[in-house]
Amino acid sequence: MSWSARILAKMGASELDVELSGQAGVLAIVGPNGAGKSSLLRAMMGAGRAIQHARVSVGDVIWHDTEQAIDVPIEQRRIGYLPQHGGLFRHLSVLDNVAFGLAVSQRSLPRAERRARALQALEELGCAHLEGRRPRRLSGGETQRVALARALVVDPVMLMLDEPLAALDAITRRRVRELLADKIAALGRPCLWVTHDVRDVEALGARVCVLRGGRVTQVGALSELRASPSCEFVAEFVGA
Amino acid sequence: MRARGLSSLPAVVLAAALVGLLLVPFVALVASSSIEDWRAGVAHPMFAPALRLSAWTSISSVLVILLAGTPLAWWIATSRSRIARIVEVLVELPIIVPPAVVGVALLQVFGRSGLLGDLGLGLAFTSAAVIVAQIVVAAPFFVQAAASAFREVDQDAVLVARSLGATREVAFLRVALPMASPGLITGASLAWARALGEFGATLLFAGNLTGVTQTLPLAVFSALEADVRLAVVFASVLAGVGVVLLLGLRGLPALIAGRSR
Repeated sequence: MSWSARILAKMGASELDVELSGQAGVLAIVGPNGAGKSSLLRAMMGAGRAIQHARVSVGDVIWHDTEQAIDVPIEQRRIGYLPQHGGLFRHLSVLDNVAFGLAVSQRSLPRAERRARALQALEELGCAHLEGRRPRRLSGGETQRVALARALVVDPVMLMLDEPLAALDAITRRRVRELLADKIAALGRPCLWVTHDVRDVEALGARVCVLRGGRVTQVGALSELRASPSCEFVAEFVGA
Repeated sequence: MRARGLSSLPAVVLAAALVGLLLVPFVALVASSSIEDWRAGVAHPMFAPALRLSAWTSISSVLVILLAGTPLAWWIATSRSRIARIVEVLVELPIIVPPAVVGVALLQVFGRSGLLGDLGLGLAFTSAAVIVAQIVVAAPFFVQAAASAFREVDQDAVLVARSLGATREVAFLRVALPMASPGLITGASLAWARALGEFGATLLFAGNLTGVTQTLPLAVFSALEADVRLAVVFASVLAGVGVVLLLGLRGLPALIAGRSR
């Protein structure tokens, strides 16, 4: 499944001006703070502010085209979104968190069926035993695994992860990273992954997109970036 | 600075004096009435109509405040526009301005010769005026508390809800609202307490007519002119409702927050 995006948007004092495309698999978005990584993700999701021009399509579906006045609402884009702190609904149990997407988008499914599917999604991530817990009683790693189960249960066409491992300790980070890599590979869909950590890129075998000041300055495999880093930041990032 | 640095003798004495000043009047209020006073007070022809009026007008006001104040607070909390910042400040105006000023101002709008009075919307000296006065003085307390509760809502969680298939409205009702509910309940209780205690604006704008605009605080005022013991009983009832509200204010949000822990 291929995707492409052309986005021009105001971003505080500067602007986001990006043209990107890709296939299934992970594209890691890296760049210094304020480069526009999260703004890019939000614009792709359809939650961007001050978008001046956009043409975003995934597979055969046009998500956003300002020229044709097409702007599919977020809830119809089928995005699996995983923010840094998981974004779990703290008033719901783990199982209800995972079943939420089915409850709002596939209301025709019987409740028991929705719960069964949610439980299975939790099982696949080794979290079935947490089903009755409240999000506040989960560790950081458990939180991200539950959040991933919740994102995957609705069968997303594209995954968007905003520094999903940044809040985890080193050991948990490695475990969750492996788990995420497995699940993303199994899903076989495109995935945007915002990160500050070159180990994420290595573990995921991801292509890298370097963003600076709202613009793409370099795109390529890690080896290409290592061979010819376009700037100090890239050199620092890849450890060249 | 460490907290222990505050525990010098004069500071302790001053703090204790303030706590005393806050609490002693209530003790005196309850202690100064006898069973006979209560019997006479509750049976007094002013009591039942005032209690009834206070109950239904304050509940109506709070319902209106919840209905209109919740979307307003959400907008204030989530909008980045300059207009939202200006509205946020303006909404606090009735907290800063004395209730008597609110009463006169309302007369200029809904009085017989007021702005809307000419259009047949002359509400002054009706039960509707009591409700309007309560809404104006109480709504800011709810909107403030609700806006700060909505600001605490994890916007990532709301975005996740959208990405999972929830429309804007469903995400608000099923994610933002429940996550903010402890703060919303606190705000609603504060607003209710303020509406129930409303006196100045009501007196000027709605008057003090038994059964029509005489709420319990106004009945205390009227009773004081006739018989202090009567006023003490009426005031004690109001204080009792206040205590119940305070318990709700502190207890209920903690209970909800505790349940989601």
